[in-house]
Amino acid sequence: MPNKNDSVKENKVVLENVNLSYSDGTESLKNVSMPFVANSTNVVFGPAGSGKSSLLRLFNRLNDLADVTLLEGQVLLDGENILDPNTDVIALRRKVGMVFARPVVLPMSIRKNLTYGLELAGEKNKTVLNESVERSLNQAALWDEVKDRLDDPAIALSGGQQQRLCLARSLANEPEIVLLDEPTSGLDPISTNKIEESLQILKKDYTIILVPHSVHQAARTADYSAFFLQGKLIEYSAGKTIYTNPQDERTRDYVEGRFG
Amino acid sequence: MIRSQFTRKRHRTQRIGFIGLAILTLLTITPILMVVAYILWQGIDAISWEFLSAMPRDGMRAGGILPAIVGTVYLTIGTALFSVPVGIGAAIFLSEYAPDNNWTRLIRISIINLAGIPSVVYGLFGFGLFVLFLQFGTSILAGSLTLAIMTLPVIISTTEEALRAVPQAFRIVSLSLGGTKWQTVRRIVVPQALPGILTGVILGLERAAGETAPILFTVAAFFLPQLPSSAFDATMALPYHLFVISTQVPGMPVQIQFGTALVLLTFILSMNLIATVIRSRARAKRQW
Ligand SMILES: Nc1ncnc2c1ncn2[C@@H]1O[C@H](COP(=O)(O)OP(=O)(O)OP(=O)(O)O)[C@@H](O)[C@H]1O
Ligand SMILES: [Mg+2]
Repeated sequence: MPNKNDSVKENKVVLENVNLSYSDGTESLKNVSMPFVANSTNVVFGPAGSGKSSLLRLFNRLNDLADVTLLEGQVLLDGENILDPNTDVIALRRKVGMVFARPVVLPMSIRKNLTYGLELAGEKNKTVLNESVERSLNQAALWDEVKDRLDDPAIALSGGQQQRLCLARSLANEPEIVLLDEPTSGLDPISTNKIEESLQILKKDYTIILVPHSVHQAARTADYSAFFLQGKLIEYSAGKTIYTNPQDERTRDYVEGRFG
Repeated sequence: MIRSQFTRKRHRTQRIGFIGLAILTLLTITPILMVVAYILWQGIDAISWEFLSAMPRDGMRAGGILPAIVGTVYLTIGTALFSVPVGIGAAIFLSEYAPDNNWTRLIRISIINLAGIPSVVYGLFGFGLFVLFLQFGTSILAGSLTLAIMTLPVIISTTEEALRAVPQAFRIVSLSLGGTKWQTVRRIVVPQALPGILTGVILGLERAAGETAPILFTVAAFFLPQLPSSAFDATMALPYHLFVISTQVPGMPVQIQFGTALVLLTFILSMNLIATVIRSRARAKRQW
């Protein structure tokens, strides 16, 4: 089997002229065009209200649940526009996992949290489910901590463990893209570190799209970075140059901590 | 100095407030306790195995009240059969599926208002619709349907409340993992809301079990020599039986009246107890 890393990295998702407004008139995304590169960590950062979460919710059509009144442009996933009304949203969401800012474990056991997605898809085979539990927990660096209490309520885990469980849960579906919206914003440095290390490994097989909780985290994790301000893409760059030598005045101000 | 005076005064105000509230609470529960104690005191001597398991004798002045007990149980089950599926279904639709617009709001307000309609009006409505128009006759079917309609608003609003109390984040997570709306409702929302739903159902049925007016026109019989054998039979029932033996039968032993009241009260309070147990158990186990 050829290693995905050997090939030239392709664009997993491409945004073309995306505009998004909410019913209260807020224009959250203004004519955004940019790529998201496969097998890499794509970082989207910027101050509060700059549209990062709205952007993330494009990929799994979670914006469908919000009061969106205007949505224009294209979101091409492997070349197909997922904003198309005919898109199979359920299939899309199985392909695009998401981890939210606050860990939300479902009110069931650790194991059931992890098998939930597969069971929704009709998977009943115990061996398949158990393998998926172990694999996803390993990927989220949680296996050793919970392997002896998989049937305990997930709520009994610490906040950091819960968030890693949420990451594992999204991986159990074997997605292609993992969205992370400030996944470590409420976590201690050790848990944060564990998640960042997991992402470092995961990006070999997945397309990671991360909204970091700080510029430092952005600089630590990014392969590609996009800086957003008030719904506009201000600067995009590969590598870490955006943090060391930003081209735009506004990016510089933000990165150097002058605002936000 | 000034401050300590102030603090002392504040402490005194607080104590007065506390004592006042305690007295008010006592005033509220005293009548309830008195009613229960009085019925218990007057009725306990009537309770015997015969009283609970035999047919009435001597123009209901002796013997048991079995047909009334059986009738109330049948009516409660019949009411549940109709009102529970319809009520829970309607609540799920309103809370999870209906768009949040003026129509939904109108429906919600109507349901709240329906809960306030006097039960005798439901009785008359059931008489017109089920007994006469649909020709169910004076029957358990007509009575159950009437009680079900009366119970629906309570079941719908408590169920909807229980569903809405389930955190939105659970729904979003379930959808983001590729769940359909129905899967999310069935696997997360309803199970999490179940204790609240059950409480609402029991409270609704409890009201149905204790009502006289809706069954007066639709099902209740003054006296029947045998137990009902189908849904199209009339039946005796505890609340109406209590009314009959308290007002319509001369020379009725007080003991039997209060004994009947005690049985009805026990029936309803035990439903209440079940609801309370379910609720407190669920609260202890709740993971959110
Ligand atoms: N569901 C919604 N309804 C209406 N307006 C919204 C909604 N979600 C976001 N907005 C608005 O859209 C703008 C962008 O919000 P968004 O949450 O995408 O920003 P963000 O960059 O994720 O911010 P934060 O760093 O605070 O999470 C904000 O002005 C916000 O108030
Ligand atoms: Mg956000």
